[in-house]
Amino acid sequence: MSSDLWLKVALQRPFALEAELRCAEGELLALLGPSGSGKSTILRLIAGLQYPQSGSIKLGNNTWFDQQVRLTPQQRRVGYVPQNYGLFPHMSALNNVAAGLHHLPRDAQNHQARQWLERVHLSDYAKRKPAELSGGQQQRVALARALAADPSILLLDEPFSALDSITRESLYIQLAELKAGLNIPIILVTHDLNEASMLADRIALIDNGSILQSGAPDHVIRQPASRRVAELVGLHNILRSELVARTESTVTLKLGQCLLNLPITQAVGPGSHDYLYWILPTNALEVVGQDQTATLHGSINKILRLGNLARLFVRVDGASEVFQLQVAGHHHFEVGQVLAFKLDTSQAHILPAV
Amino acid sequence: MDWTALWLSLKLGAMTILVLIPVALFAARFLAYRRFFGKPVAEALLAVPLVLPPTVVGYYLLVGLGNQSWLGQWLMQTTGHLLVFHFSGLLLASIIVNIPFAVQPIQRGFESIPQDVRDAAACCRMSSLRMLLTVELPLAWPGILTAIVLTFAHTLGEFGVVLMVGGSLPGETKTIAISIYDRVQALDFAAAGNMSLMLLVFSVVVLALANSLSRKFGRRGGYHEL
Repeated sequence: MSSDLWLKVALQRPFALEAELRCAEGELLALLGPSGSGKSTILRLIAGLQYPQSGSIKLGNNTWFDQQVRLTPQQRRVGYVPQNYGLFPHMSALNNVAAGLHHLPRDAQNHQARQWLERVHLSDYAKRKPAELSGGQQQRVALARALAADPSILLLDEPFSALDSITRESLYIQLAELKAGLNIPIILVTHDLNEASMLADRIALIDNGSILQSGAPDHVIRQPASRRVAELVGLHNILRSELVARTESTVTLKLGQCLLNLPITQAVGPGSHDYLYWILPTNALEVVGQDQTATLHGSINKILRLGNLARLFVRVDGASEVFQLQVAGHHHFEVGQVLAFKLDTSQAHILPAV
Repeated sequence: MDWTALWLSLKLGAMTILVLIPVALFAARFLAYRRFFGKPVAEALLAVPLVLPPTVVGYYLLVGLGNQSWLGQWLMQTTGHLLVFHFSGLLLASIIVNIPFAVQPIQRGFESIPQDVRDAAACCRMSSLRMLLTVELPLAWPGILTAIVLTFAHTLGEFGVVLMVGGSLPGETKTIAISIYDRVQALDFAAAGNMSLMLLVFSVVVLALANSLSRKFGRRGGYHEL
């Protein structure tokens, strides 16, 4: 029997939220979005710590919430790691893990809690209180506690946000290892795209209380469904160009003096628009010599030096559009310098017209 | 030294704690975690004894429970005695004037427990009672200890409401604060001085002990100190 999570909920207070998502058993879904977008609220709705105004939440054939059913967190079997881990500060690491096993006899509680501490490599820290553990160790205790009670879903609310990068890396590996042995839906809330790309099978992008796009991380990053998604996944070169011609599979856009034939990779909407937004990926651009065949020309507007790299802001000749380009810092460029570019148009992505 | 008065004060303090603290625990938890219509009004009503002169509280209790009131007459018929000028009346008065001293520190104690911790406890499938006993009470304990100490100390020092409701009946309603006042009225400054000094030393010792215990609990993982 499948134990997929399915949720379709609406919330009007304290802020508007409307979401529909599915997470299959064994799948890790990352809810990605800026602060205040509603991703932690979705996690709380799944856990039963908050109820939506309407909708339905199901795990497999079990209804957790609908018009008639309203299960409490205690009735849902949820493994939950809150943002600050929510460890019980007066209990040892062992007792924290055992806290979710209170339905078992005392000996079995201790035995299972020890086994879980061992799995997260914390056997030597069993007697320590949370205040005597590092951030990474606290996170592992919280993870062990969430998993010890054999949950039917694992919910992780920004579990890596307060950790340094080295600790974070080792915990990514640990989570990936644990995930391999878990056949339950796992939902990770994060605002870090790299983290989501590294850990998640799928990501759901949330903004302002609604899910904008979901899919494999690579797909969402390469083919954002809207301009806002493109902004949220950190794409820089979102350009607005005049639509000159259009066929079923290509569009011709005017950028400055250049006419660009770009392939259509997703439905771009009705053909009545004069302008289209599109994404010019940095790696699709190549700086070429003035004597070579170039797709477009532009002059450097601004140079930003970032460590070993330099970011060039280039204004396309005859247009107001500016795009960014990252180059190795040792190359010599000057503001005002005119550059010629070759563009791999197959990598460009046309955004649907709104 | 009026040992009878001292014993009566200690008895009144202990009984006030025994009756008031359990009730305050539930009221404080309710106020800390529930949102309901009229909550600010409920909190204001509970805090009224803080700002009202004790004699005013005493006056209303005297009028409300005296033999001229319907409640007083009903009590007289049912139990055979009035609450006023009686230890039970003194206890009732002490409980009422101590409500804010008991409820507020415990409420702050519950409120100081992070939401994350309570959420995690719920997802550990702890029942409300188990959560109270194993998570909330140990973490709110410094607040509860503060409530106990404040209630006890306040009961020992209470004067106005005791005089209004209980008068000064030796062994029944004459507490140590009333006894000190009586000794001064009788110009027996030596006895008044002894009792005052003893009350002062006792208060300092109790508060120091409570602070030290609170710090100990704070170090053990609680969130707050007295």
